[in-house]
Amino acid sequence: METKKTIITVTGKDTVGIIAAVCNYLAENNVNIEDISQTILQGYFHMMMITDTSRSDKNTAELAADLEKVGEKIGVAIHCQREDIFDMMHRI
Amino acid sequence: MINIFEANETNNMIENENLDVRTITMGISLLDCIDSDLDRMNKKIYDKITTKARNLVKTGEDISAEFGIPIVHKRISVTPIALIGGAACRTTDDFVSIAETLDKAAHDVGVNFLGGYSALVSKGMTPADELLIRSIPKALAKTELVCSSVNVGSTRTGINMDAVRLLGETVTNTARATRDNDCLGCAKLVIFCNAPDDNPFMAGAFHGVTEADTIINVGVSGPGVVKAALEKVHGESFEVLCETIKKTAFKVTRVGQLVAQEASHRLGVPFGIIDLSLAPTPAVGDSVADILEEMGLESTGAPGTTAALALLNDQVKKGGLMASHYVGGLSGAFIPVSEDQGMINAATRGSLTIEKLEAMTCVCSVGLDMIAIPGDTKSTTISGIIADEMAIGMINAKTTAVRLIPAIGKKEGDRLEFGGLLGSAPVMPVNRFSCDEFVSRTGRIPAPVHSFKN
Repeated sequence: METKKTIITVTGKDTVGIIAAVCNYLAENNVNIEDISQTILQGYFHMMMITDTSRSDKNTAELAADLEKVGEKIGVAIHCQREDIFDMMHRI
Repeated sequence: MINIFEANETNNMIENENLDVRTITMGISLLDCIDSDLDRMNKKIYDKITTKARNLVKTGEDISAEFGIPIVHKRISVTPIALIGGAACRTTDDFVSIAETLDKAAHDVGVNFLGGYSALVSKGMTPADELLIRSIPKALAKTELVCSSVNVGSTRTGINMDAVRLLGETVTNTARATRDNDCLGCAKLVIFCNAPDDNPFMAGAFHGVTEADTIINVGVSGPGVVKAALEKVHGESFEVLCETIKKTAFKVTRVGQLVAQEASHRLGVPFGIIDLSLAPTPAVGDSVADILEEMGLESTGAPGTTAALALLNDQVKKGGLMASHYVGGLSGAFIPVSEDQGMINAATRGSLTIEKLEAMTCVCSVGLDMIAIPGDTKSTTISGIIADEMAIGMINAKTTAVRLIPAIGKKEGDRLEFGGLLGSAPVMPVNRFSCDEFVSRTGRIPAPVHSFKN
C-alpha cells in the first residue's frame, strides 16, 4: 500500500516552543517528519510539516483531534490533513 | 510537492472564506420496492434506504475529519415516489404513509434531508401523479426531513398547465398546512422545468429512473471563496475578473471531486456527478449577492445585475468543468433569497424585486428560490409566476425552478424565520394584476419549435 502523506500546518503568534511541542507529540505517536518549512507572514508564525503517519497507531482524524488540543495549549492553530486535499486543489 | 503558501491558501479558504462541501447526496433507486401491498412496500422502502445509507453519515464525518474540510450535509435522494407508489396507493393518505416512512428512514440513518417525494408530469399526470401532488401539503406538514419536487415542463414536451394550476393551489395549501411553523412546508417544495435526474441539492433532489441503483453525487459550495478572490483584483478588467473566478471555481470543485471519490470508494457506491453550483448560506461572507456587489454593483438588483450574474455563472462552469470527471445536476450560481444574507439585504433595501429575480433566472441556475410572498396571494397568481418561470426554462433549454413561500397571515415588509441553512425571508411584493383567465385554461403549452431536433 502506498504511504499516505499527511500535512500538518501551524499558524499563530510566534512564541517559544511551538516546534518542540508539535515534534514531541509526533515523536510520541511514531509520526515521521519528512520536511519542515517555516516562515513569518504579517507577524504571524506559519509552519508546514510533511509527515508519514503510516507507522502511527492513530489515524489522521485522531491525530488531527489531538494536535488541535496541543495547539490550544500553546496558543496556535494546528491542522492535520491528508495531503490529497492540497494536491487536488493545487496540482493538475 | 505542496508548499507552505498553497497549504495556507487552502486552509484560509476553509477557515475564513466558508469553503465547504455542501452535501454528499446518495441517490437510491426504489424501483425494486414497488409492491401492490402498501404496508409491504413501506417496509421494503425503509429497509432499502436504511441498508444502503447505513454508513453514509459516518463516512461523511470521517472524510471531513481526515481532510479537514467541512461537509455540511449528508442527504438522500430517491426515485420519484409517484412512480413507486402508483401500484399501492389509492388515496392521498396512502401516499402520506410513504412520506412518513421516508422521514423515519432519514431520521434513523441520520441524514439532514431526503428528497424524491416527487412526480414527473411535464406532459401529463397519471392518477398516481395527481394523488401524490394532492398529498404534498399533508405530507410536508407531517414530516420533517422529506423534500418534494414536481417537474411540470421541459423543452422537449412543453408545459403541463393543468399541473401548473394544481401546483399553485398546492403551494397555497402547503403554506396553510404549515402556517404554525412559518410556512416551512413550502421551503421543501420545488416546481421544476427540465429537472435534472442527478441533482444533489434540496429541495429538488430526486434519483432519476435513468440512474444506477445507488449513486453518490456531491454538491460543492464556495461563494465566500470567490468573493475573497475577487476582492484581491478589485477594479481590474473583465479578463482578470473572469480568470479569477475560473481559477477559484476550479479549486473549489477539485475539493468536491476528492470528497466524491473518497465517499464513492469507501461506500462502494459509484460516483455520479459533481454539482458545481455556488450555493450560498445565510452565514455572513457566504453570499452570491456579495460577489455581484464586489463586481461593482451598489446593491444586488441594480442595473447590471443580470450581466454580472451571467458572467459569474459562466465562469464558474468553465472553471469547474475541467476539475471533475463528471459534472451534472444544476451547476451554476444559486440565487435563493432567504438563504443568502446579501440577497436578504438587497430585498429589504428594495433594490431586488421578484421581477428582477425572474430576469436573473434566465442566466443562472436555478430559479425563483426561497422567496416569501404575501400570504393572501391568490393561487392563480402563484400558478402564473410558476408558468412564467417554466417558460424561461422551456425556451432556453435550461433548468428553472420555483420555490415560493406564501407567508400566511403576513404582508409585505414582514419576515419569515426558518433558521439553519434555510435562513429568513422578507415578504416581497407581488404584481397585483390577475392572470386568472390565463391559468384557468386547460391543457398544455406545446413544446417550442427548437425542441424538434431529430
